[in-house]
Amino acid sequence: MAESMTATAHGSHGGDGVTKRDFLKLVAGAGAAVGAGAMAWPLIDSMNPSKDVLALSSIELDLKPIALGQGITTMWRGKPVFVRHRTPEEIKEAQAVVSGLADPAADKDRVKAGKEEWLVVIGICTHLGCVPVGNKPTDQRGEYGGWFCPCHGSQYDTSGRVRHGPAPANLGVPPYAFVTDTKIKIG
Amino acid sequence: MAGLHKSEFENPVINWVDSRLPIFTMMQKEYGVFPTPKNFNYFWNFGALAMVTLMIMIVTGIFLAMNYTAHTSMAFDSVQRIMRDVNYGWLIRYVHANGASMFFLVTYIHIFRGLYYGSYKAPRELLWILGVVILLIMMGTAFFGYVLPWGQMSYWGATVITNLFSAIPIVGEPIVTWLWGGFSVANPTLNRFFSLHYLLPFVLIGIVFLHIAALHVTGSNNPLGIDVKTPQDTLPFHPYYTVKDSVGLCVFLMIFAFFVFFMPNFFGAADNEIPANPLVTPAEIVPEWYLLPFYAILRSVPSKLGGVLMMFGSIGLLFVVPWLDTSPVRSCKFRPVYKWFLGLLVIACVVLGMVGAHRPEGIWVALGRIGTIYYFAHFLVVLPLLGKLERPLPLPESISKPVLPRGGGPLPSGAAAKPMEKA
Amino acid sequence: MMRWVSLAAAAALIGAVAVLPAHAEEASMPRQAWSFAGPFGTFDRAAAQRGFQVYNEVCSACHSMKLAYYRDLSGIGLSEEQITAVAAGKTVGDIGDDGAPIERPALPSDHFKSPFANELAARAVNNGAAPPDLSLIVKAREGGADYLYALLTGYSAAPTNMKMGDGMNYNKYFAGNQIGMPAPLSEGRVTYGDGTPASVNQMAKDVVTFLAYISEPETEMRKALGVKIVLFFLLMSCVTYAVKRKVWADVDH
Repeated sequence: MAESMTATAHGSHGGDGVTKRDFLKLVAGAGAAVGAGAMAWPLIDSMNPSKDVLALSSIELDLKPIALGQGITTMWRGKPVFVRHRTPEEIKEAQAVVSGLADPAADKDRVKAGKEEWLVVIGICTHLGCVPVGNKPTDQRGEYGGWFCPCHGSQYDTSGRVRHGPAPANLGVPPYAFVTDTKIKIG
Repeated sequence: MAGLHKSEFENPVINWVDSRLPIFTMMQKEYGVFPTPKNFNYFWNFGALAMVTLMIMIVTGIFLAMNYTAHTSMAFDSVQRIMRDVNYGWLIRYVHANGASMFFLVTYIHIFRGLYYGSYKAPRELLWILGVVILLIMMGTAFFGYVLPWGQMSYWGATVITNLFSAIPIVGEPIVTWLWGGFSVANPTLNRFFSLHYLLPFVLIGIVFLHIAALHVTGSNNPLGIDVKTPQDTLPFHPYYTVKDSVGLCVFLMIFAFFVFFMPNFFGAADNEIPANPLVTPAEIVPEWYLLPFYAILRSVPSKLGGVLMMFGSIGLLFVVPWLDTSPVRSCKFRPVYKWFLGLLVIACVVLGMVGAHRPEGIWVALGRIGTIYYFAHFLVVLPLLGKLERPLPLPESISKPVLPRGGGPLPSGAAAKPMEKA
Repeated sequence: MMRWVSLAAAAALIGAVAVLPAHAEEASMPRQAWSFAGPFGTFDRAAAQRGFQVYNEVCSACHSMKLAYYRDLSGIGLSEEQITAVAAGKTVGDIGDDGAPIERPALPSDHFKSPFANELAARAVNNGAAPPDLSLIVKAREGGADYLYALLTGYSAAPTNMKMGDGMNYNKYFAGNQIGMPAPLSEGRVTYGDGTPASVNQMAKDVVTFLAYISEPETEMRKALGVKIVLFFLLMSCVTYAVKRKVWADVDH
């Protein structure tokens, strides 16, 4: 209100002054907006992963100690990662299933070609984030020989695909590559 | 509906909200058309600058707290992680660290403004008292904050300052133990200091709100120190003072940025880059610059209890300044003698600041005593006596008279606001 | 008029604050021309890399740098491969899969390896004086880079009238002039890959450049950003002042 009133008051001095003033105000306003945005960014960005967190975003894992049929749990970015050394039967089983899946995916797309005996998946149930069991020899592995989630009974097969229960999707496959024949780099 | 506020805003959304919660009407009244003396100089920027700095401190502090660990074994490293690894962490921390100095700088200038133009005098005594409370809380917050990085100065500063309380007879020692939560400054101390450092700024916001509320009852003082008499004496706060404050803000932020980006450790101490070590005291323990004059007063008194009392007294004295000043006029513009004494007070504070930064030996001891004596004499002797002895210069008839020598020009219509209410 | 007097008083206050940190030093320190000084200064990459070599081959035998990571070397121009190679050349302690302590090659994400397990161990080996950590050394000493350079080049024989402590060395810039650290640099102490003659002054300058980087890895980003921000506020000061002039144009004041 005050602004419009003073603007009227100044109007009597001729259009030229008003235009120049309005332009200056526009510049000042734009500058303030840019400044505020620029000041907000460092604060927002400070909540993103920091350098020390990012530096740990890849790990190397030696596969040699994992016996055939066994699985291990390792940690990557604060999350459990399952690495399973699959037996020929388990591979065959996983490759055979192609239809009737809740989240269709072929086994060959979930492992590295020529390295089918190694399955690497993120060990977090896609239902509500529990860690399924099935790595230890004494663990229950569910009907499909993979993993069993104790929270709500989801079951995963030997390719980490969901076969039963409320989970909507297969266990995720993290980005990884073979550094040597027996060593992988996750992340 | 009987209960709705009658809002004058045309925008339907604003009107809807305002009818139910008249914050827009309030903002309009207090910051839009609020009648403000038209003769402010740039000294009247500093309240707004302090306000903005408080906001900057709170925002940066919140983000620092997201990465800070209040534990003696991790505090130093967590601060260094902020400096090295957190995205823009160095920027946020340097803004916060230098912001403390900037906050005190603008606040001290704001206080000087109040002293020079007599802003503490009736009817603004409570406004002034609230300001002194703000200063006290600021000092506490700054002290707690300085301990958090857990460097050598943090640790020994905390030790020395908390030990001041041991000067109190009988209960002194138990109080210090209670403050520490142990038998030395240690992890419990750090934890409680962090908690209080996070709490006090919000207390500060509350008192700043009261400070402004009190200001808006009496209205602002002005460089002439005379009351507003007619609407011609005032201008609506917006746009006249919003834009004038913006100019000062931009210049202030430029200076602030210069320190943050090019001299970020100017106000810091090298010793605080060394992790706290309870077994080794640094060669010189010096508080941050803004506490140096008080530190100098503490050391100028050759008695432990006396020094502590004088130091706290030097701030406590400020509470009664409105009643110590007996002069009938506010502004130093019309006090030909007192203004030189006020100049002496500024010099005394600067000298005390320098004394605080040096080891108490040689000339510094004498200077410290002279400065301390003048500081107290100024308030306790000069202020009451001079008000009675001094002959003030003739006061102008009104604010618009001296500034409108040709009898007044066309006034902006916005200035036709109500004259200020008198408290 | 009084406005100027009071402004001058405020300026005097700021000025007084400005001179406060000035303390008398042991011996007046010569100032050096540093590549990273000033608002536009950047770290001389070649000097910093040579300085890392000096740290690596000389200083690191006694001084830790535990806040820094090997990955921080990217800031002085080392490539990812070079950093991985530097790190792989060190072994660090870790816990093996079987829970037993193991030694493994360091990774870029590891902190610089400390020469001693802890401060007590460092004390025991060094005549009771633990060599200070170098992560923040340039910030942690009054005088910063100039002081460190002066210290590294300030060794000489003790004046005949001075009684030196056992195992102590004379240094004219060290507080008290008696320092536990023997002169660390001597002519040709390292052999630079780029053929730069390894004089004591050269090595001191290089290693201080490196340590200045390690103390404040954000320096270059800070200054580059600072130029933009200060110019932005300068511009905004002018713009708001122009707006203020326009807004106040019709007010007699």
